[in-house]
Amino acid sequence: MVKARLNSRSCLSRRSSEGGGFRMHELSIAERVVEAVTERTGDAHIRAVRLEVGQLAGVLADSLRFCFDVATDGTPLAGALLDISEPAGQAHCSSCGADFAVDDLILLCPCGSADVQVIAGQELKILSVEVG
Amino acid sequence: MCATCGCSEDNNVLVIDPSDRGRPIVLGQPVTTGEHEHEHSHEHSHETPARPPAGTTITVEQRLLDKNDRLAERNRGWLDGRGLLALNLMSSPGSGKTTLLERTVRELHDEFGISVVEGDQETLLDADRLKSTGCRVVQVNTGAGCHLDADMVSAALRTLDPPSPGLVFIENVGNLVCPALFDLGERERVVIASVTEGADKPLKYSAMFHAASLVILNKIDLLPYVDFDVTQFDEAISSVSHHAEQLRLSATTGEGMDGWYNWLRSRVG
Repeated sequence: MVKARLNSRSCLSRRSSEGGGFRMHELSIAERVVEAVTERTGDAHIRAVRLEVGQLAGVLADSLRFCFDVATDGTPLAGALLDISEPAGQAHCSSCGADFAVDDLILLCPCGSADVQVIAGQELKILSVEVG
Repeated sequence: MCATCGCSEDNNVLVIDPSDRGRPIVLGQPVTTGEHEHEHSHEHSHETPARPPAGTTITVEQRLLDKNDRLAERNRGWLDGRGLLALNLMSSPGSGKTTLLERTVRELHDEFGISVVEGDQETLLDADRLKSTGCRVVQVNTGAGCHLDADMVSAALRTLDPPSPGLVFIENVGNLVCPALFDLGERERVVIASVTEGADKPLKYSAMFHAASLVILNKIDLLPYVDFDVTQFDEAISSVSHHAEQLRLSATTGEGMDGWYNWLRSRVG
C-alpha cells in the first residue's frame, strides 16, 4: 500500500498555488528511499536511515531532507532520523597520475591537464537502516 | 486499484500515441483489463519481507538509482537487439531541440528510419509537430515530473515500436539539472545550448555538460544580434568535460547541419 500513498501524494506537488508545480528530483530520490527500504523491511517501523550523498552527486542534501519528510509521511519511515554523509569530491589525473580534491565538476588537475576522471563524490546510496 | 501493490491511476505519468490520443497508457497501471492477471508496466515484488526485530541495524548498501540503472540497461539491450541507436537529447527549455529534430527527421528520414520519444510535463504539442514530419512518435507527459526515467522510456519504446534498424531520439524534459542523473538506456547523450542563453551555462550546470558526449550550440544565425562569447562557451565546456565533442549549427537556417548528420552517421556506422 505504500506505493498507493506515494502516488496520491505526488499529486500534491503537481499543482502549486501558482499552477505548474515542478517536482524536483530530490523528491524522486526520497520516494526511492522509501521504496527500497520497505522492499527490505516491510511494515517494520524505521527509526533511522543512513544515506551517502556525494558532494558531486547532483543531489542537494538539504532538499533531500525536506523531501524525505514529505515522502515518508504515512509510511513505516515516518519520523525516522535521516543521517546523510556527504563524501567530498576526488579526481584522478590520467596525465600525471595524481589524485586531488575537487569541489565541483570543473575538472582541472594542478598539472594543467583536463584529462581527469571523478573517482569519489558521486555516491548516491542507502548505507543502512535502523529498525525501531 | 490493485489491492496487492496499490498501483493506481493516481500516477501522473502518461504515455500517449498521438494517433490514438484517447487511450493513453498510465504508468503503474495493470496492462490487462477485466480479470486482474497482474501484469504491470513496472517491476517489483509482491512478497512481504520478514519483519526484522526492533533495534536491529540492517546494512543495505544499495545505490539509490540502482533500479533505474537496471531498467536502463534492459532498455539498452532491447534497443541493441533491434539495431536501434538511441540518443538522449537534453537542454533547457527553448534551446531549439524540437526544431532541430524536425529538420533532422525531414532531411535524414530516407537515410535512417527515425522515431522519437517526446518528453514534456504536459501537452502533445511537440509530438504533433514531429508527427507532421512523417516519423513515428510517442509522447510521455511526466505531469509533475522534471525528467524522464528508464521506466517511462521502457513503456514509451513499447508503444512506439520503432522501425529497425534506425535512430531513436529521446527528447528529454527541458531542464539542465535533473535529467543528468537518470540513465534512460541511450547510447549517446547530446546536450543542446543556444546563443540566446549565457555562455557560462556549462559552468553553472556542470553535471549535465560533464555527462554529454556531444554539445550542440544552436541558433548561430543569431550571433550577430546577441552578446554571446563563443570562445568563452568552448572554454567552459572544456573545463567540465574532457571528452565532449562540439558542434555549432542553426536548425532554422540549416547552417552546420551537415556536421550533425555526419556525427550521427559516424555513430550508426
